[in-house]
Amino acid sequence: MKQLIFALALFASPLASSPLAAQSSDLGTPVAEGGSVETLGEAEAEEGGLSFTVTDESDWSDIGVAIAGFAADRDRPTPANANGTAALGREISRVITANLRNNGIFRPVGPDSLPQPSFAQITSPSWGSWSGRGVEMLVHGYVSARADGRLTVGCYLYDVALQDELIREGWVVPPADWRRAAHKCSDLIYSRLTGESPFFDSRIAYIAETGPKDKRIKRLAIMDSDGANHRFLTLGSATALTPRYSPDYKKLLYLSYVDGNPRIYVYDIGTGRQQLVAETGNPTLAPRWSPDGRNILYSMAVGGNTDIYRVPATGGRSVRLTDTPGIDIGGSYSPDGSKIVFESDRSGTQQCYVMDADGSNQRRLTFFGGRCATPEWSPRGDQIAFTRIAGDFNIAVMNPNGRNLRVLTSGWQDEAPTWAPNGRIIQFFRTTRNSGRSGLWQVDLTGRNERRLKTPVDASDPAWGPILP
Amino acid sequence: MNIRLATIALLSGTVALAGCAKKAPEQLPPAPEQTTTDQGTTVAPVGDTGPTLGTQAHFEDAVNGQNVIYFDTDRFNIDSADAAALQTQAQYLSRYGAISITIEGHTDERGTREYNLALGERRANSAKNYLISLGVDANRIRTVSYGKERPVALASNAAAWSQNRRAVSVVIN
Repeated sequence: MKQLIFALALFASPLASSPLAAQSSDLGTPVAEGGSVETLGEAEAEEGGLSFTVTDESDWSDIGVAIAGFAADRDRPTPANANGTAALGREISRVITANLRNNGIFRPVGPDSLPQPSFAQITSPSWGSWSGRGVEMLVHGYVSARADGRLTVGCYLYDVALQDELIREGWVVPPADWRRAAHKCSDLIYSRLTGESPFFDSRIAYIAETGPKDKRIKRLAIMDSDGANHRFLTLGSATALTPRYSPDYKKLLYLSYVDGNPRIYVYDIGTGRQQLVAETGNPTLAPRWSPDGRNILYSMAVGGNTDIYRVPATGGRSVRLTDTPGIDIGGSYSPDGSKIVFESDRSGTQQCYVMDADGSNQRRLTFFGGRCATPEWSPRGDQIAFTRIAGDFNIAVMNPNGRNLRVLTSGWQDEAPTWAPNGRIIQFFRTTRNSGRSGLWQVDLTGRNERRLKTPVDASDPAWGPILP
Repeated sequence: MNIRLATIALLSGTVALAGCAKKAPEQLPPAPEQTTTDQGTTVAPVGDTGPTLGTQAHFEDAVNGQNVIYFDTDRFNIDSADAAALQTQAQYLSRYGAISITIEGHTDERGTREYNLALGERRANSAKNYLISLGVDANRIRTVSYGKERPVALASNAAAWSQNRRAVSVVIN
C-alpha cells in the first residue's frame, strides 16, 4: 500500500506541463564552485585544563578575546586584496572579530583598536602589551602569498594569563576563498574555548524578497554564514521558495513556479542546470535531503491530500511514507538517518509526529495546546526545533520525545527554524505585521542572544548547510 | 464570432447531456446565435457590448463576481455561500462547454509556508470536487495553490485574512 510508485523525471514525461528547456528559464548565471581548503599541521592541542570552559550555555559569560591584525611575512600583492597581504591580514582579523561578536559567548576586540604585531611576534607574543587590556584570550595569525598564487593563513590562540599557546592551525586557500581561512580560524577559537563543534565555515541558502506584499518577487540566493559572498541564483520571474543545500553543497533543492505550478527541482550549483525531482502531474512541496545526501523527501498533494514520499537522489522509484487523510508534510531526518520528524494535521490541527525512516511507527510528539509546524532535527540529535503556533508564531525547541518545550523567540511571526551545523544556534525568518517585510534572524539555545543577519534585501526560508567539505 | 459561438454551443450541449444528466433539462444549450435571453438561471446574459466570451471578464460578469469563494481559518469545506457561488460557476461552465478554468487556492498569511501551500491545494480541490459533483468534467478544471504567496488584502487583521482565504476560478485562455 505504501509502495505507490511514480516515475522519476530524469526524462521528459508526457505528464510534464512544459518542456524541460523551459524549466531553466528563471535561472541566473551559474556560480563558480569554491576551491578546496587544505589544512596544514593539525594542532597539537592540549585537551582540557581551561578553567573558564563552561559547557552549560546558561552560565556562559563573555570571554574577552583580542584579535590582532594578522601579520604578513612580506607585504605582497594578492588577488584577495587590492592593497596586498598586509591589508588582507587585517581584513581577516576583522572577519573573525565580526564572527565572534553577538553570540553571547565572546567579547571580541578587533584589530583596529589593537597594536599590530610583527610577523616574528605571531609565534612569540609580546605579553606585556596584551596583559593590561582586560582580555583573557589573544588571537594572532599570519598571511603569506605562496609562489602558486594561493595563500597560507596561520591562526594561533593564546591564553593571556597563562602566557601560553592553546591551539594553532594553518590553511592553504585560493585567494578567492580567503574568507574561509577567517571562518576556519573563528571555528578553531570557538571550538577550543567552548568545547562545541564548529559552525562558521558554512553557507546559507535562502529566499531573497523584494516588491510589494501582493506582488512579491522571490529569488533563490546563497551566502556565507556571515552574509558575505552573496549570490542570486534565480532571476525572479518565477517565485522560488524553501531551498535546502545538499550535504556536500553541490546541489540545492527548492520549489519553483517556473512552469506555473509549484514543483520541486534539484539545482546543480556547478553546472547551473536543474531537474524536476518527481514529475507526477501533482504539486510537489517541502523538499528535504537525508543526512547522507542519498535520499530526498518531498511532499505531494494528490486530490488535495498531501503525503510524504522518499526518492533516491540519483533517481528511481518514489516510496510513499504517510497515508493518512489530510496534510502530512515536511520531514526532517534524525542525524543518524533512522527517524523522521514531520508535520501532520491528521488530528485536526498541525502537530509534530515522528516515524521510522521507512514510514513505520508513526506517533504524535506534541500535545502542548498550540500547534507544531516545520520541525527540524538538530544536527546533534538532542533537540527538535519547530514553529510553535499559539497566538503568535515563535521558534521553540523540544527533546526528541516531545518533552521540555522551550520557546526561544517572541516575534509576531517567527517561522521555519534551521540549525547551525553545530546545533547550538537556530536561524529563522521573522515577518513584520502589516508590511509583510521579512528578515533572517538567529537565536542561541538560551533564547537570550538574538540578532538579525544582514541581507541585501528582505529574506525568508533560510536553510543552513553543514560545515563546508 | 458566430461560428465560434455555434461550436461552443454544440460542445456545451454535449457536455450537458453526457456529464450532467440530472440537471440537463434545466440547462438547455443556448441557441446558436448570441444569447440574449435569461435561461432561468443566475448566469446573467452578456450582450454584444459586454466582454468577449473566453475572457475572465466575461466569466466574472456572467457569474456576477461569484468566481471567488471564501473559507474559514484552517478550513477547506464548502459552505452554503460557497455552494451557491459554485453552482453559478457550474451553470456558466455548462453553458460554455469549451471553457476550462484554473482554480487557484489561497490562504491567509497566518500559517507556515509549506503547510499553506498544501492547504491552498486542498481548498482548490474542494471547489473542484464540488464543480465535478455538479456535472462539470474534471478535465476542464485545473488547480494550483499559491498558499500565502498572493494576498489580495494587505493588512494583517481578521478582515484581511478572511478575504485572502479563498479559491479563485480563472478562465484558461
